[in-house]
Amino acid sequence: MTDLLYWQALNRAMDIELAEDDSVFTLGEDVALYGGTYRVTEGLLAKYGEWRVRDTPISENTFTGLGVGAAMLGLRPVVEIMTINFALLAMDAIVNMAAKIPFMSGGQFPMPLTIRMPGGIARQLGAQHSQRLEVMFMNVPGLRIVVPSTPQDAYWQLRQAIRSDDPILVLEHELLYFQKGAVDETAIAPPLHQAQIRRAGRDLTCITYSRMSTVAQEAAAELASEGIEMEVIDLRSLSPIDWESCVQSVSRTHHCLIVEEDCRFAGTGAEFCATLQEFCFYQLDAPIQRVAALDLPTPFNGALEAATIPAKENVVQAARKLMGLNQGVSQ
Amino acid sequence: MDSNLMQAMLRDMLRARAFEEAAAQSYAQGQIAGFLHLYPGEEAVAVGALHAAEPGDYVVSTYREHVHALVRGISARSIMAELHGKKTGVSSGMGGSMHLFDRERRFLGGYAIVGETFPIALGAGYAVGYRKLPEAVICFFGDGAVNQGTFHETLNMAALWKLPILFICENNHYQIGTEIHRHSAIVDVYRRACAYGIPAEQEDGMDVLAVYAAAQRALHRVRSGDGPQFLELTTYRYRGHSMSDPGSYRPEAEVKAYEAADPIAAAIHEVSLKYPSQSELAAAGPDCIRQFFDRCCQDGHIDDAALQRLQSEVQSEIDDAVQFAIQSPQPTMEDAQAAFTQNRRFETLL
Repeated sequence: MTDLLYWQALNRAMDIELAEDDSVFTLGEDVALYGGTYRVTEGLLAKYGEWRVRDTPISENTFTGLGVGAAMLGLRPVVEIMTINFALLAMDAIVNMAAKIPFMSGGQFPMPLTIRMPGGIARQLGAQHSQRLEVMFMNVPGLRIVVPSTPQDAYWQLRQAIRSDDPILVLEHELLYFQKGAVDETAIAPPLHQAQIRRAGRDLTCITYSRMSTVAQEAAAELASEGIEMEVIDLRSLSPIDWESCVQSVSRTHHCLIVEEDCRFAGTGAEFCATLQEFCFYQLDAPIQRVAALDLPTPFNGALEAATIPAKENVVQAARKLMGLNQGVSQ
Repeated sequence: MDSNLMQAMLRDMLRARAFEEAAAQSYAQGQIAGFLHLYPGEEAVAVGALHAAEPGDYVVSTYREHVHALVRGISARSIMAELHGKKTGVSSGMGGSMHLFDRERRFLGGYAIVGETFPIALGAGYAVGYRKLPEAVICFFGDGAVNQGTFHETLNMAALWKLPILFICENNHYQIGTEIHRHSAIVDVYRRACAYGIPAEQEDGMDVLAVYAAAQRALHRVRSGDGPQFLELTTYRYRGHSMSDPGSYRPEAEVKAYEAADPIAAAIHEVSLKYPSQSELAAAGPDCIRQFFDRCCQDGHIDDAALQRLQSEVQSEIDDAVQFAIQSPQPTMEDAQAAFTQNRRFETLL
């Protein structure tokens, strides 16, 4: 067990997979000589050479498509798209190619492709560099999406994604790269898409993912001091989603609060909400509530930027309201 | 030239034409639905290029790819069944006319978004280059595809890393209904490859022997480690873009002119023992008379009777393929789910 930063955990995962399987290679803008904009591929060029750690020109659609073609020949490419915002230029490779070829070929071609992308709202990067585009990929059958929120999950989930024969997007959060956490390299990893309870609680269930998982845990600590015990479920995966873990928790707490950094309208929370009410409407004592980002391009101004996405206080207030509303109804 | 090869190419051109005409007929009868893009007129390109390829090479094609698949050795039955959406199709009925895939024959698919063949070929070329194998990747595309960003992005990376890819532009002068002078600033497509330092040639895509020779030269350079090569083969499709396109935007004189240069007729003629007619001799000019005469005499590979036998064999093969497709079962939703999850191997998702 060692303490690692999130980027170091990803770096370690890359290193091990490159060492253990010579069909693994990585490519992207500045991944080789520069070592990756968030240092995830640092030191790998010197160790594995340029065929396996390849700097590319700025051609997102084509180098992502390169990954698709190489995967068809049995390699296991790890494509880094410098930020998720640039993935919009690679939508054809991701949606029309990677997600479709295994199926359209009648299952003849596996697609052992991993695409890593930093995303989410960081610090004053402007509207074009402060997006959460996960919903765009969730609506594409054939893609799997993981959203690690801890160094341990980053380590496990990247390794599992590389070993899978399906195309998997690993969405990394830009504000998590320098978060430290314990990483146990010998522990057995949970299934790639299984949700984890980050904090147990009896009163309400908070369903969240990625960086909002840490925000929700901070809120849960504050709520506990008021006597409200909030269970925090970190989904870890957005496709598929571990509904079973969510339903079990909601069936115990009878209250559900969704916390997402995504924009509210047609965001990830809309899917969570719709499916959970199908599964456990009669277990609920109150309507499912969502805490989400404003439906607004992210302002550059720091204070305004912070105000567009959920903070601890928003989660605490929403939880109080959810519980208070329930008291009102039952009285 | 080798007699077996000449006859094999002629046979494949006849198969290609018969296959596409049978597909058109099935479409007209309502047996095939969806989009159907046919190849008549362009046979010399696929036949010449793919006869120059080795079995270990990879082929990436477009949505007009039935003939590439057929010449590559995929059975007429399994292609026709795929066009009919049947379980016995080469893609199990999940792909359709535009998405033929065959792992065993290294046929990496037909792609229905213009410009997608480039990155697929680039990735295949990267894999071959990394493994240092003697294989080549053949990437087909039309003249309409060269204005996509992926064309330029791919040529750049292929040249940068010297990947073993042969780019083959099937220039039929039309992107659906827009003639090349109205879609491209540079109408000699091969000249664009020069921007990336890729050796490029323009050849007559109506002449199967010229295509074969050019593809052989280019593939030899690819295998010698000279990096990517580029061929522009000028050709013409007799039909519209797809079955829903009558092709009425094209001047009748143009269609007629290309039909007169029918590559199949030309190929039959080239291998026939018949002495050229007076009018042909007159039309060919002095130097060509000599060459033409020599070829007909030296390369006397087939006679009328053999040609008729060949045509009837081909027709039986294609008729059988249509019957097979019609009689084959429909895939079920379980088959679709199985295709979707086939590659999960050891993984249980949740």
